[in-house]
Amino acid sequence: MRTVGAFFRDALDNVTAGSLGYHLWMGFLTFLMLLGAYAYSVQLREGLIVTGMYDYVSWGLYISNFTFLVGVAAAALMLVLPTYVFQDTDFVRAVLFGEGMAVAALIMCLAFVVVDMGGPARLWHMIPIIGIFNWPRSMLTWDVIVLNVYLVINLTVPFYILYHHYQGRKPNPRVYLPGVVLSLFWAVGIHLVTAFLYAGLPARPFWNSSLLGPRFLASAFAAGPALMILILTVINRTTPYTITASTIQKLSLVVTGAAQVNLIMLVSEMFKEFYWPTEHSKSAIYLFFGLDGHSALVPWMWTSLGLTAVATAVLTVPALRRRRPVLLACSALLFVGIWIEKGMGLIVPGFVPEPWGRIFVEYSPTWVEWTVTLGIWALGAWVFTLLTKVAVGVELRYQQSH
Amino acid sequence: MGMVLGFGFLQAACTPLLPFARGDEHAREMAELKLEEYFKRNYRLMTDEEKRETIQRLERLYELETGTRPEISMEGPRENVLYGYAFNISKCRGYLECVKACVQENNQDRSTDMRYIRIHEIPGSEFSMERADDSFYHEVPAEGHMYVGTQCFHCDNPPCVEVCPVQATWREEDGIVVVDYDWCIGCRYCQAACPYDGRRFNWKTPHIPEDEVNLNQHYLGNRLRKKGVMEKCTFCIQRTRQGRLPACVEACPTGARVFGNLLDPNSEIRWILENKKVFRLKEDLGTEPKFWYYMD
Repeated sequence: MRTVGAFFRDALDNVTAGSLGYHLWMGFLTFLMLLGAYAYSVQLREGLIVTGMYDYVSWGLYISNFTFLVGVAAAALMLVLPTYVFQDTDFVRAVLFGEGMAVAALIMCLAFVVVDMGGPARLWHMIPIIGIFNWPRSMLTWDVIVLNVYLVINLTVPFYILYHHYQGRKPNPRVYLPGVVLSLFWAVGIHLVTAFLYAGLPARPFWNSSLLGPRFLASAFAAGPALMILILTVINRTTPYTITASTIQKLSLVVTGAAQVNLIMLVSEMFKEFYWPTEHSKSAIYLFFGLDGHSALVPWMWTSLGLTAVATAVLTVPALRRRRPVLLACSALLFVGIWIEKGMGLIVPGFVPEPWGRIFVEYSPTWVEWTVTLGIWALGAWVFTLLTKVAVGVELRYQQSH
Repeated sequence: MGMVLGFGFLQAACTPLLPFARGDEHAREMAELKLEEYFKRNYRLMTDEEKRETIQRLERLYELETGTRPEISMEGPRENVLYGYAFNISKCRGYLECVKACVQENNQDRSTDMRYIRIHEIPGSEFSMERADDSFYHEVPAEGHMYVGTQCFHCDNPPCVEVCPVQATWREEDGIVVVDYDWCIGCRYCQAACPYDGRRFNWKTPHIPEDEVNLNQHYLGNRLRKKGVMEKCTFCIQRTRQGRLPACVEACPTGARVFGNLLDPNSEIRWILENKKVFRLKEDLGTEPKFWYYMD
């Protein structure tokens, strides 16, 4: 019987050995993380003044990425549901990576929130008992709870399964199924709560919409599985571990459906804003057409719209969707399109124009923000690579012995 | 999360330790004070003893840095008082004397030109924030324009207080919405939640020329802030809790600003609310601002 200690020792041996490509990849990510750490040290020293944010656009690139990545984390649901609940054997080989992606995305989320804080050293004020946790009044406290619990679920369930496989035993469904079922509801929860964080602010008409939560989910279930398709393809090519074509095929159906729903909702919102524009439509006008000579976001938004629309249209045609290169290209387009739309297209225009109708300087991220952001993305990729390598190692051995 | 928190702790905890290595008496005392400051509680949870201690520390810290000692008050709300504000849009001429007085009184950062008060110039005689402009730079009053001031409205139902994850901002008994600068974590959620642009963030360490620092301070008011925390108008809590008027009211040359106790039937503010046609801004949001506009 091999112990937990042995599991971690073997895992460590596994992740510290690999091909030259693997070492180069990890070295490259570490380099980016160090760059990010340097940029963050500048921000810690000088304050948030070194970012492009200011009183009238008080959230920017960090919070945009946070919002987007919550969706990526929630998208693990689309792999977990068919595997454990529908007993779909095609997904069994991919589900661990979905959960790994959720873990990596959540770690990035938490990192993005922390780098956005004015006083990160004072974050202990949030810890109940020694600090004050304004729950249930503040949506931000709900978000802290749901994200951390989701992280715990996505660490424990795969660990339980992997550890049993490591010992050459079959995991007991009665132990992990409750966690799995909980994680399904929780996945929807994290993205709804994050949407409510914005939708609950009557001060910002652009966010104060009932559709924000459902739209978050739709775009997340498109972008997350799209990223998964790309990642599974890479895993398939770089490791001895095989992902069947039908797994990718089924995932592409999920992506297509979610992207279609997302587009319908987008059109609904645009109709409401532009058919009869009111005072409250100004943010949307600024975003799509520019306002009072300010139009920094316009090219971004139309690019995003173009990418999303084209990718969705192509994916809708089954004959095209079945061709691997087309599918990969569309997944990439969709992922980038939704990233822009959730970032540039959601957070920033919510602040423009400011509450009394004026537009100040247009927000644009500084090198510090870009570098810190890059560093955190590298951290996510680094975490995901480690988790994947351990999982692949354990799974391959388990399959050989069974 | 834990790791990042730990990192933050480490960074915060180690910085003050540096001077311990040196034999510098001053630096040592400052480091000790800063360390104690770091672990203090939210102001509302402090006993009177703890409040006195933190004020001692803050005063001493400033003295060690500059040689002068501020006077930080912890005066609580007065009995049967609820503050309210009225702004006469037929009287304001856009002189911005209120802005100047406010900046000086409340020790606002000069390097980023922070202002709690905004004066909006509206062309014509129709009241519309839509066409307002607060960046005018010409001789005032400009013919055919009206002027409207906005600042924190000290809502009775404040969205900012609702959303703060650590309750670093709250509504006091006398209706003033305050911030505990040392408890704020700088997430800026309150700034996103405020429909009136009532809040300001310290994007960098604020700078005020030493000879311009107002040494009459209040813990929840104009005491010196640090980088990464939120601040706002407090109805000049350091003055009003001593029975004086806010600086903006005192400075206004035209008498456009009225401040007083809503619970006192004989107050000027009550007279205005009862005898003038008054209105509030964005009333549809249900925030219940205690800031009314009226005209002659």
